[in-house]
Amino acid sequence: MSENVTNVVIAGLGGQGVLKASDILADAAFACGYDVKKSEIHGMSQRGGSVTSDVRFGPQVLSPMVPDGSADFLVVLAEEETESARRHLRPGGVLIGPQSLGASSLPNRRSLNVALLGVLSVRLDLAVTAWHDAIRANLAEKLHETNLEAFAAGRRAARAK
Amino acid sequence: MEKTDRLLLSGNEAIALAASRLGVALGTGYPGTPSTEILENFSRLGGRAQWAPNEKVALEVGLGAAFAGARALVTMKHVGVNVAADPLFTAAYTGVTGALVLVSADDPGMASSQNEQDNRRYAVAAGIPMLEPSDSQEAYDYTALAVEMSERWRTVVMLRVTTRVCHSKTTVRPGPVSAPAAPSFYRDVKSRVMVPGYARRAHVRLRDRLDDIEAWNNAEGPNRTDWGPVEFGIIASGISYVHAREAMPTANVLKLGLTYPLPMETIREFVAKFKRTIVLEEGDPVLAEAIRAAGIRVESKPPMYRFGELTVARIRRILDGDTSPEAAPPPGKPPQLCQGCPHRTVFQTLHDLDCIVAGDIGCYTLGVLPPFEAMDTCVCMGASIGVGLGLRHTLPEAEARRVVSVIGDSTFVHSGITGLVEMAYNPPVSGHVVLILDNGTTAMTGLQEHPGTGRRLDHGAGRRLVLEDVARAAGADFVTVTDPTADLEAFKTLVAERLAAGVLSVIVCRRPCLLAARQIRQFSQETEGTAGHE
Ligand SMILES: Cc1ncc(C[n+]2csc(CCOP(=O)(O)OP(=O)(O)O)c2C)c(N)n1
Ligand code: SF4
Repeated sequence: MSENVTNVVIAGLGGQGVLKASDILADAAFACGYDVKKSEIHGMSQRGGSVTSDVRFGPQVLSPMVPDGSADFLVVLAEEETESARRHLRPGGVLIGPQSLGASSLPNRRSLNVALLGVLSVRLDLAVTAWHDAIRANLAEKLHETNLEAFAAGRRAARAK
Repeated sequence: MEKTDRLLLSGNEAIALAASRLGVALGTGYPGTPSTEILENFSRLGGRAQWAPNEKVALEVGLGAAFAGARALVTMKHVGVNVAADPLFTAAYTGVTGALVLVSADDPGMASSQNEQDNRRYAVAAGIPMLEPSDSQEAYDYTALAVEMSERWRTVVMLRVTTRVCHSKTTVRPGPVSAPAAPSFYRDVKSRVMVPGYARRAHVRLRDRLDDIEAWNNAEGPNRTDWGPVEFGIIASGISYVHAREAMPTANVLKLGLTYPLPMETIREFVAKFKRTIVLEEGDPVLAEAIRAAGIRVESKPPMYRFGELTVARIRRILDGDTSPEAAPPPGKPPQLCQGCPHRTVFQTLHDLDCIVAGDIGCYTLGVLPPFEAMDTCVCMGASIGVGLGLRHTLPEAEARRVVSVIGDSTFVHSGITGLVEMAYNPPVSGHVVLILDNGTTAMTGLQEHPGTGRRLDHGAGRRLVLEDVARAAGADFVTVTDPTADLEAFKTLVAERLAAGVLSVIVCRRPCLLAARQIRQFSQETEGTAGHE
């Protein structure tokens, strides 16, 4: 079954919005009708330590955790976490990080997580409206505009490549 | 959220949703990862949810509600059940009239805990049925089943979840659930007053009840078999089940939902079909031991897989009989006290004064890490005071005088108060110094209220427990309240003086947690004037 499952790992440091990003991705995939499982370790993540979150979607997902070496996509929010997170990626898997944004500048650094989802979104077969709805559903209203812009910036950067 | 028939929920959200639909009259517990969000969500859904000072009190309140005929949900992390064990074991004798569901949230791998004890042992030891969901759908379904079983067999039921079940989000289609009965009192002294004469009979009733539940579990319990083409059997429960299915999709899998009392006949029939059957379970070999004790031949995992969580990869290794050393995952960046955290000043001071620090559990446990390295012991909630006193009683005088106990505000209310009573009742000759780190919240588990904050679970106003008054009443000689960040030198001098004085001293270090400060201000503004008391 695993051929039909898309595996995404999002990694970063506490406070960067790793869990927010994985919530948005999980909601977008769920709205598109997929079976979705999302897993992470909460706990001390507020205190700036490493955080990773796994999102898997497809017709049927069993384990909620992405087995090491089988992530199709690894989204890294903090460059210094890349090395330790790389083990999640399968051979030929795609690494997405701050560098993926290229020269495009973000309206707000705090939206980096959503901007990188924008980059990811170009590679995934999920309706853009589902992404937009998920962003709105997971963020306070006053943050909608900046984050929808960041998402669009991520998509532009990915297309420009 | 209730309108759609398909939801993406964490296990904790699913339990809360089920509880809300079941008309649970009271949800109570004490925060602890990974259980905390159950009551927070139950409250958001309109349920009556409250934090108790500790898990023992929570279970007792839940038991009272269930004696009244209501449905009660009591939540805690695995080590919380240690605290609640006393009422639990005898509640298994008394039984209940309504429903009493105890959620034990275990933490294999210790993502955020001081040990990885396997609480399935508690169900066996206390003699209460135990359900083990493997995803959020089952977390929802089994919460409803736990209530049903509790009412049908008049017993406490344990819903045993683990970190991955609590915190993973999976699909839930919430089904219909039964309606609660109206609470009312009737006298049932023989069941509820556990003097030896009544308790002896209650124990016999308890064993009979378990036999009855086992028969039901064999006939129609929440267990099922996934048949596969390969001549090989797997027995699994909880999160191990989904890992096992993914690791070996071709195997025959007996998936157990009610794991105490075990459906031994079902297991015997399953095992008889194959040459080989292995039990795949996280933590202790609880199922494997019980199945073997019943004379059924099953294989079990090698001892090295007793440690930590299971994963698909580890289950593949178990199936391959691979006991070669596992590659350790690269160490990520460890958490640390936030920049500007008030605990930092305290630990800098204790470091500078070369104190021997009997520590406790909370954010401040991070005081053990560099640059502070100012914690020498940390065992369980509340232990700082007792351990500090033991050190004081027995160390040579010069060392005894360096001993300090450090305890957070939530932890102090949870289980530090009796330590202070002990300090005054059996004082060390060198005196003692206790620092209560009052940051106005239970920061470690995600900023929950407690009696010392003066706000209740939903952040509305409640009566505030004044920590310094408690310390005085318990018999401390000197009680001082101070903001340790206001004047570093003054704080250091204060601690040094108290250490030298040889008296019983409590210093309440009061300064809000940086992350909580804004919400504390906001909540206090909202509740201003609505509080009827201090
Ligand atoms: C018996 C038990 N219940 C719950 C927990 C989870 N837990 C660990 S520390 C803690 C409280 C921390 O609050 P506080 O003492 O105020 O310290 P802070 O984190 O705010 O610094 C809790 C609830 C536990 N370890 N043991
Ligand atoms: S969350 Fe609060 S108590 Fe915990 S380290 Fe940060 S500031 Fe300190």
